[in-house]
Amino acid sequence: MRPLWAALSVVALAASAFAGEIPRGERRSGYDFMSRETRAMQDDDTANPAMLWVLEGEALWNRKAGAAGRACAECHGDARTSMKGVAARHPAFDAARGRPLNLEQRINVCRTDRQKAPPLAYESRELLALTAYVARQSRGLAIDPAIDQRTQPFLDAGRATFGRRQGQLNLACSQCHDDNWGRRLAGNVVPQAHPTGYPLYRLEWQGLGSLQRRLRNCLVGIRAESYEYGAPELVDLELFLMWRARGMTMEAPAVRP
Amino acid sequence: MNRRDFLVAAGGAAAGMGLASVITVRPAHATPVAMQEAIARVVGAARVNPGRVKLDLPPLVENGNTVPLTVTVESPMTAADHVRAIHVFTEKNPQPEVASFRFGPRAGRARVATRIRLADTQTVVALGELSDGSFWSAGVAVVVTLAACLEEA
Amino acid sequence: MASALINVPEKAKRGEVIEVKTLISHVMETGYRRTQVGTRIPRDIIWLFVCTYNGTEVFRAELHPAIAANPFIVFSTVATESGTLAFHWTGDNGFSVTESAAISVE
Repeated sequence: MRPLWAALSVVALAASAFAGEIPRGERRSGYDFMSRETRAMQDDDTANPAMLWVLEGEALWNRKAGAAGRACAECHGDARTSMKGVAARHPAFDAARGRPLNLEQRINVCRTDRQKAPPLAYESRELLALTAYVARQSRGLAIDPAIDQRTQPFLDAGRATFGRRQGQLNLACSQCHDDNWGRRLAGNVVPQAHPTGYPLYRLEWQGLGSLQRRLRNCLVGIRAESYEYGAPELVDLELFLMWRARGMTMEAPAVRP
Repeated sequence: MNRRDFLVAAGGAAAGMGLASVITVRPAHATPVAMQEAIARVVGAARVNPGRVKLDLPPLVENGNTVPLTVTVESPMTAADHVRAIHVFTEKNPQPEVASFRFGPRAGRARVATRIRLADTQTVVALGELSDGSFWSAGVAVVVTLAACLEEA
Repeated sequence: MASALINVPEKAKRGEVIEVKTLISHVMETGYRRTQVGTRIPRDIIWLFVCTYNGTEVFRAELHPAIAANPFIVFSTVATESGTLAFHWTGDNGFSVTESAAISVE
C-alpha cells in the first residue's frame, strides 16, 4: 500500500512539473498545423470568408450610432492608423472598471459611454464585424499585452485557470496545449492554443467567432461547465493566453478548421 | 430491492431517455447507386469517358464543412469546340448533386473553383460536358475527418 | 452583412482570359440539419449564380446544398471590351443580390 501511494504522488508531481511554458523558439501559431488548402484560404484576402465581416465592420465604423449620433470615425478617424496595434494589446487594463477588458468589451464601453447606444451582444453580427475590422488593423504586428502591477493579478488568475483540471474529463488546458501539442486527438492535430488570429472564421462554425466562443467550445469539449460570455474568468484567461503568445504575429482575421 | 438495484434501474431509465433525446434521425443519404442515377439523368444515353477532366481536391480534409475544389477541362474553348458544362457529384452526401457550372466560348478557360461540403469519407466525381455532346469524367477519393452535412444542429 | 466580395482585374488586354473571384455571405442551410428536439431546419440556399458581361451571360452556376456556406466561386472570362460585369445571386426565400464591377479593356 505505502509504495503505491508514494508512486502515485510521484506521478502527480511529475505531471504538474511537466506542464511547462513552451519555449519561445518552439511557439507555433495554429496556422502551422493547418492543411495547405486552409492556409491558402486565410492568405488570400479576396478568398478569406472573414473579410466579409471586415468589410461590414468598416461600414459600421463610419455609421452614426446611438442617442449621441456619433460614428466611431468621428473620434477615432481612420481606423488604419488609430486602431493599429490595438487588438495586439488587448485585453488591456481599464482604470474606471479596475480590471482588464477585452476588445469586445472595449468596443461596448465606447458604444454605451460615448455613442449612448446599447451594447452589442457577443457573437452578434455587428460586434463580430467591428472586432474583425479593428483586429485586422493589427495584422502583422507582435502580440504585446501590457503586464504591470495592475494587470498582474488578472494574469495570475488566468494562468491558474489554464493549469487547473476541470470538467468530467478532469483535464487542464495545459495538458493538451503545453504538454501534447502537435499530437493528434481524434484525427485532429492539437495546436498550442495561441490567440493569433481572433476573431476568426472557423470551418466548423461556418462563420466568424470570437476567442470566447472558442474557449467555451473547449470547456464543453472537456465536459466542464462553461463560463458565460464576458465572464471575468474568460477575460483573465484571454489575458493569460495573449501574454503566453507575446511576441507572436497577429494574423486576424484568420481561418481555422 | 436494495439500494444498488434501485440506482441501476433509475440510471438505466435515465440513460434510455437521455439517449432518445440525443439520437439524430439520420436523413436518407445518397449511395453510389444514387450518384450513378444522378449522373445518368445528366448524361442520358451517352457514354461517359474517363479523362480530360482534372479534379483537384485535398486527399485528406480537416473539416468536411468547407472543402476547396477546382475542376479543369482541357479544351480550346472555341465556338466549334468548347466545354458546355461541368457537373459535380458525391456518393455519400444526402443528395448526389453538388453543382452544375455552364460555360461557352466566352469563358476562355474551362476551369472553376469553389468550396463544397462532404458528409463523410467518399468519392467525388466531376463530369465535363463538351459541345460535341460527349462526356468525360474524373473521380477523387477523399478522407474526411469531420462530417459536415450529418452534424447535429 | 457586407453582401459580397468581388475580385475582377481593373484593366485587361483585349482577348486576355481574366479570372473572376466571388464570395457572398449566405448560410446555405442544407435542409438536412435538425434542432435538438428533432425539428428539421428548412432549406435556405442560393441556387443560382449568373455573370453577365455588358448584358450577355458568360457564366452560370446551379448550386445545391452541398456548396459550402458563404459560397465562393472562381471562374474565367475573356476580356472582350470595356464595360461592366454584373453578378446575380438568386436563392430561397426571395434571396436576390446583384453586384457589379467595371473593367477597362484596351
